[in-house]
Order: sequence, then structure tokens, then C-alpha cells
Amino acid sequence: MRTHRLSLRNAGIWINDRFPLRDFWRHHMTHYFAPRNFNFWYYFGSFSLLVLVNQIVTGIWLAMDYTPTAGEAFSSIQHIMRDVHYGWLLRLMHSTGASAFFVVIYLHMYRGLIYGSYKSPRELLWLIGMLLYVTLLLEAFTGYVLPWGQMSYWGAEVITSFASAIPYVGKFLVVWLRGDYSISGVTLHRFFSLHVIAVPLVILVLVFLHLVALHFVGSNNPDGIDINKAKKDKDSMPVGTIPFQPYYVLKDMVGIVVFLAIFFYIVFYMPKMAGIFLEAENFVPANAMQTPDHIAPVWYMTPFYAILRAIPNKMMGLSAMAAAIALMFVLPWLDRSKVRSIRYKGVWSKVAVSVFVVSFIGLGYVGIQPVSPVRSVMAQIFTVGYFAFFLLMPIYTAREKTKPLPGHLTP
Amino acid sequence: MTTKDEVDKERRCFLRRATTTVGGIGLAVGAVPFVSYWLPSADTEAEGQPIEVDISKLKPTEQLTVMWRGKPIWIIRRTQAMLDSLPRLNSLLRDPLSEVDQQPSYAQNIDRAIKPEFFVAVGVCTHLGCIPTYRPDVGSISPDWLGGFYCPCHGSLYDLAGRVFKGVPAPKNLVIPPYMYLTDALIRIGEDKEGSEVIES
Repeated sequence: MRTHRLSLRNAGIWINDRFPLRDFWRHHMTHYFAPRNFNFWYYFGSFSLLVLVNQIVTGIWLAMDYTPTAGEAFSSIQHIMRDVHYGWLLRLMHSTGASAFFVVIYLHMYRGLIYGSYKSPRELLWLIGMLLYVTLLLEAFTGYVLPWGQMSYWGAEVITSFASAIPYVGKFLVVWLRGDYSISGVTLHRFFSLHVIAVPLVILVLVFLHLVALHFVGSNNPDGIDINKAKKDKDSMPVGTIPFQPYYVLKDMVGIVVFLAIFFYIVFYMPKMAGIFLEAENFVPANAMQTPDHIAPVWYMTPFYAILRAIPNKMMGLSAMAAAIALMFVLPWLDRSKVRSIRYKGVWSKVAVSVFVVSFIGLGYVGIQPVSPVRSVMAQIFTVGYFAFFLLMPIYTAREKTKPLPGHLTP
Repeated sequence: MTTKDEVDKERRCFLRRATTTVGGIGLAVGAVPFVSYWLPSADTEAEGQPIEVDISKLKPTEQLTVMWRGKPIWIIRRTQAMLDSLPRLNSLLRDPLSEVDQQPSYAQNIDRAIKPEFFVAVGVCTHLGCIPTYRPDVGSISPDWLGGFYCPCHGSLYDLAGRVFKGVPAPKNLVIPPYMYLTDALIRIGEDKEGSEVIES
């Protein structure tokens, strides 16, 4: 029998004979060729992975001191904030992380929107991403209930009530969801289980699938042109691409340093973000007998909440809200343009994207504010803008004049 | 049975269908405990037993709120003036005659109560479950307001019998729980002469 000297090199050989470690690294890092013209907008995918890790690690630690019962939940958060060593830090990293997650996800989705990253052959990549987004909303919602403040309680009340609009089984479904005749400790405890186990597992699986799909079809680029069709150079690298490792790993690390600086500035100096990240009403313990004067979900859900409120009919309001999310799923089939990127689309697409951005932010703003006649009209106008962007897309993308595509990536 | 070295497709097809069917049924049956687990447990159900409320000390226009099944139950002693306002509002309401099944049959009348003087209702907005505020004062919400309930969440309006106005997000009248008079001064909420309510909420 041959004997081998124990060394790092031999250990590597031993592993690679049994597990494709080196192949995996090559395939997804050093020989994953990405377009060389990734700009600012391409940071947010990496950032969302970073925030995911932050949420998982701080979440595991928080679960060590959090008690998911109606009697103790609120005070166990106070215990974490006041008594546990660095409990305040981990808790604020987790709560700020939730908002940061949606900031980076919305910017990540916007990137996909303007550069047409959802178009063929990346439709499934977009669909998996949309599933991730919806799962993330679920994760955020179940997490927001856990501090068991007034907004936790009444947010859960309002959102679980959505099920009551379903004909025939609605009332029964609401009781089944809550495990009680109204929101109670039973509901809190099951939401805790969903928040720390079920939904995160789904998120991890979806993130895995999202990356598998991405690395199979390859990254899009700001020009929205196919690099796989481009000629390969002598290193069998498509022209105009660079290896992900080390080029984009280093680029992302620079971005991450800036991101973390901003993130921790918020964690240390403005974790409540003037009531936008942590609402004032949630510092009051849950009370089933008193509805706060003004109920609003956290900022990342308010665009859809504003659509719900814009329509003075329960069934229609809920349907419009569901449709607003559903339309994002079918985006790849609404866009009939010959080109992917906004850079080469016509003026109508640019107008439409602007209308969409204004409407989305406008809805988000109106959704945070209390109802008033003026804001109801504003919400209705923005709702029309939101839907027009999607529903008119097959028309304006097919008819507008696009610019000629360049033969190679532009800087 | 075939002796040749080839696939008997008919046999494979049968086996595939049989195992899929049996496996599917097994999965469906196996899901029952997991789905049922989410229903209210025995102790939660026991917590939701009927309650008895003494209404003898309630003064005219006063509101008494008690908790039943985690929800506020209002008992309001209405004056004759308040009751007189109800028929005048009929044209402004979605369901003035309480045709939608939001109340037991004995409360399906213009006052939505067994005895008109005492109004018993579940104080939960039929829009998205907030608790409306009791606004009995004439003119307090709008100049022509005759008294009723106002939901602070999304602005739904109800009259003094819990009947919902037109043009607000709430689709239905307030729910009237099952209740009965044990004596003139004592009512039982959650149970009537037809029996106690089980799962309907």
C-alpha cells in the first residue's frame, strides 16, 4: 500500500477524489464568467445574501432569550434589550436587518426591472425570485408579530382577517389560522415556529434554486445583450466577461464595507428610523380590547396596503392587492420588447418605469399615513399608475421604437 | 407474465398508477393531523365557554364592554331617542333589514336585539377586525350624524344597531353573538335557547 505524506495538498487531493470541491469552486467562482460592465445596481444581490446571514445568526441568538407566550413575549424583548449582554445590539441588528432586507431586495428587483433581467431565458430566475420575495413578506409578517406590541397584535388581526373574504370557508379558515377565536398567545406561538423554522427553510431552499438558475443561464448585464453568443477568447472565456472570483468578489467586498457602515450607523443612531422601522405603537403591549387609532404595516408592505385601502370594497380591495403582487410574477410575459435593457428601449418604456416608481413610492407613503379624503384620492391615482405600468406593457413595449443593440458590452 | 427480457409496459403502467393512488391517499390521510393541529385546542375551546353579564347597573346611553373569546362584546342601553333614529337611516345603509346572516334569527329586526333597549354586539369591524369607537353624540362625526360607531382604522361607519353605512370599506353589519336573558338583569353571552355556539365566530 502506498503511503502519503500528510499535507494540505494531499488532503485536497483526498477530498477531491471523493467530493467535487474543486470543481464546485471553479464552476461557481473562478470560472463563472460574468459580464465586465456590472455597475452599482449589481451590488444588491450580494447585499441580500449578507443580510440573510445577519438575520439567521442574530435570529438564532435572539431565540435563546425570547419567550413566545402572550404573557411573556413583550417583557422577554425588554429582557433582551436591557439585561442580556449585547442583547440590544443583536436585537437592533435583527430589526434593522428586516428593513435593510427589503431595501436591498427592492433595489435588486428594480435592477432586474430596468435591465430586463426577467426576459428570456431568465423567466424562471425571476419567478423563483418573486417566490422568494413573497416568502420574505411572510417571514417579515410573522416576525413582526413576535414583540407582541399593539402593532404586532393589530397587524396580525388585520392580515389574518384577509382570509375571511374567501367565500364559504373564510370564517372557519380565520379560526384555523389563528388557532383561537381571536388573535391570542396560541397564534403568537405558532407564528414563532413559522418564523424561526418553516419560513427560513423555504427561503434557504429558494435562495439555492435562485443561484442554481442564475449560474445556469448566466447573469444579464446593463446592456441586456447575450454574452454567451459572443466569441470566446483563447482562455474559453466569452469576450467581455471576467471571472466572478476574484473580480466581483473584491468589488462586492468594497460595496459591503460601505453597506455595513450605513447599516451600523442606523443600528446605533436611528434604529427606529422615526417610527418607520419600529413603529411607536409597538412599544405598547398588545391589548385585545383597544385598537390603535391608526394601524399601518411596516413600510415595505405599505404600497400594497395603500392599494387595499384605495378601494372602498373589501373583496375588491383584497383582489386588487393580490393582483398587484401577481402582476409582478407575470412580468416576463407582459414585456414584448425586442430588447432587454432600458438603455435601448423606447421613450414609452422610460415614461412607464418612471410612472411605476412614482406610483410605488407614492403608494408606500400614503399607506403609512392615516386615511384622509385627499390621501384616498392620491392612493387611487397611484393605484391606477401601478396597474397601468403592467397592463399597458404588452402594448407600449411592442409598439415603441427601440435603439439598435451594440455588438459588444459598453463600459 | 412475460418470459422475454423486455419491459411489460401495461404492468408498469398499472403498478405506477396503483402506487401513486395509494401513496396519494396515504399523504392526504397523513396530512390530517398536521392540518387539524392548527384548530383551537380543547383548552382554548373551553376558554370560549358562554359568559354571564349583569346589566342592571347600566345607565341609559352607557356602554359596557366585556370580553368573550378574546373579542369585545358591547352591551349598550339605548334611549328611546336613539331607537327612533334607526328607521330614519334605512336608505343610507347597505343592509337595513339585516338580511345577511350576521345575527341569530331573534335579532333580525330593526333594533337588532331581543329587547330594543339593550343592544348586544361583537365590537369587531367587519372590514378587517379593528374595534370601532362608540360615538353616540349627534353631530360628532359629521353634521348629520345621529349616533353610532366609527372605526378608526379605515373609516367604516355603523349606526346604533350596528348596521353598516353605504360607501365605507366594511361590507357587513356588526355581528350579534348568540345570547339570552336569564333574568331581566342577567344575560348569557355565547349561548341561547338553541344551544351554544361551537366554531362560528
